[in-house]
Amino acid sequence: MAINQLSVFVENKPGKLLDIVKALSSEQINIRAMSIADTKDFGILRLIVSDTDKAKDVLESDCIVTVTPVIAAEMSDKAGALSSILEDFSYENINIEYMYAFTASTALGAYVVLRVDDNDAAERVLKSKGISVLENMSI
Amino acid sequence: MAQNYYQPEIETASREKILEIQNEKIVKQVRHVYDNVPYYRKLMDEKGVTPDDIKSVDDIKKLPFLTKADLRDAYPYGLLGTDLKNCVRIQSTSGTTGKRVVAFYTQEDIDIWEDCCARAIVAAGGTNEDVCQVCYGYGLFTGGPGLNGGSHKVGCLTLPMSSGNTERQIQFMMDLGSTILCCTPSYAAYIGESLAEAGYKPEDNKLKAGIFGAEPWTEEMRRSIEKSLGIKAYDIYGLTETSGPGVSFECSEQTGMHINEDHFYAEIIDPDTGEVLPEGSKGELVFTSLDKEAFPLLRYRTRDICVLTRKKCSCGRTHVKMSKPMGRSDDMLIIRGVNVFPSQIETVLLNEGYTPNYQIIVDRVNNTDTIDINIELTTEQFSDKVSDTQAREKALESAMRTMLGIGPKVHLVPPKSVVRSEGKAVRVIDKRKLHD
Repeated sequence: MAINQLSVFVENKPGKLLDIVKALSSEQINIRAMSIADTKDFGILRLIVSDTDKAKDVLESDCIVTVTPVIAAEMSDKAGALSSILEDFSYENINIEYMYAFTASTALGAYVVLRVDDNDAAERVLKSKGISVLENMSI
Repeated sequence: MAQNYYQPEIETASREKILEIQNEKIVKQVRHVYDNVPYYRKLMDEKGVTPDDIKSVDDIKKLPFLTKADLRDAYPYGLLGTDLKNCVRIQSTSGTTGKRVVAFYTQEDIDIWEDCCARAIVAAGGTNEDVCQVCYGYGLFTGGPGLNGGSHKVGCLTLPMSSGNTERQIQFMMDLGSTILCCTPSYAAYIGESLAEAGYKPEDNKLKAGIFGAEPWTEEMRRSIEKSLGIKAYDIYGLTETSGPGVSFECSEQTGMHINEDHFYAEIIDPDTGEVLPEGSKGELVFTSLDKEAFPLLRYRTRDICVLTRKKCSCGRTHVKMSKPMGRSDDMLIIRGVNVFPSQIETVLLNEGYTPNYQIIVDRVNNTDTIDINIELTTEQFSDKVSDTQAREKALESAMRTMLGIGPKVHLVPPKSVVRSEGKAVRVIDKRKLHD
């Protein structure tokens, strides 16, 4: 089950990120997880928030924002946990575009957000390993 | 396709015959101007040129240029070539670049102008069986009166609609079965959209051709208009200073516009030095009216940048062809010695599916010119993957390099981030001027 991530196009200039965060805060939207991919000119801000639809509405008037389905897989707190997942992805030829980690409120465990080229295949692999994935509901 | 001409003898005349006509006319015209236009006589005297020095069109290069600034200085009567009692009409420009230009016409001037427009209509396939809907503005603007007169000469049933009131345009178009549409390309595109909105398909109208001009338009726009109206779209060029539309027009080949050389002598010059450039060179277009009586401009600098060609045309016309203007000499940028026009950048953006919201930033770093182009990205084009956006920038840079001849750096920016001033986007920021 994929969860929805907001992807926001941000100019690489002072104050641009602040504007976005302020807009979310004024609507009482909580940021659960985030990552920024940066280049010299622009950044792509990826957000997992408490209310995706509302956040999209808030940001849309001033930003380019799209919803991207991503997988949030639970990670056990053990050495080699990530490497075991990646090995299987590699074996199944699933490409990871990017990933970042966060802790969800409903669990004590850590999660990795995975943006892959084939969500269904990735979920099959995770399921076969007994790794649980987050659903939108649980965050 | 059988070719039709309005004045076949002159439109297909040999190069020698055209030269003979031009040589005969220019000698008379320079004398006429020298004797009747003190403003230009002064310019000739200052340059040390007399009418006796002009024996053929080859000598035109000895004459001084006229510019828009001269037209402003001489406003309103300073360039008048005949007594006002001989004039029957004025037309005027919109005055977007400063003071309006007022041009004067004798009846003979109007006849020649309308002949030129009639040639354009016939080249687009017009005959006396056509219904010609003219929705260029009527009044001071030359578009409406010019095409109206040309349409009469061809014998079309003329619908003098003028511009605007699109609902009525569509009603007359459908009820009276218009076959030729004359208007600006942007209005043609708008009529096309409005027809579709009203539930009409392109084949529901009887239009076969459109004669569109008075503003810059791209090949992409031509294809889209042709598709939406189900017609063949022809370009027409002209300017109030030389008469109006019909100075040049497109034929069935659609590869440039034939200049009516028996009335207008065209030169291409280097906009910086004023030097006449050989055929095929890109430069500023300069016109000399060979037979206008009331407003006889010699060597008028149009500021339009284009190329002239004498390559044989399949339509059988022998008159020189000009390319669609590629830009204006006043918004031309010289970057690392290469001439760059904002219009070229716009063409790439339209080709690649971007909005025309862009900004060019030119600078000089370590004695080398740099060009950066900020282009607004749309939501549909945005991807959460950095590599996709970088690939877009790369593809745009490569398309720009092919079009411009130099490699710019492309930056995709969020919508509405291109600086706008009073609603109009600031297209060019040339920081080199700040350093000088």
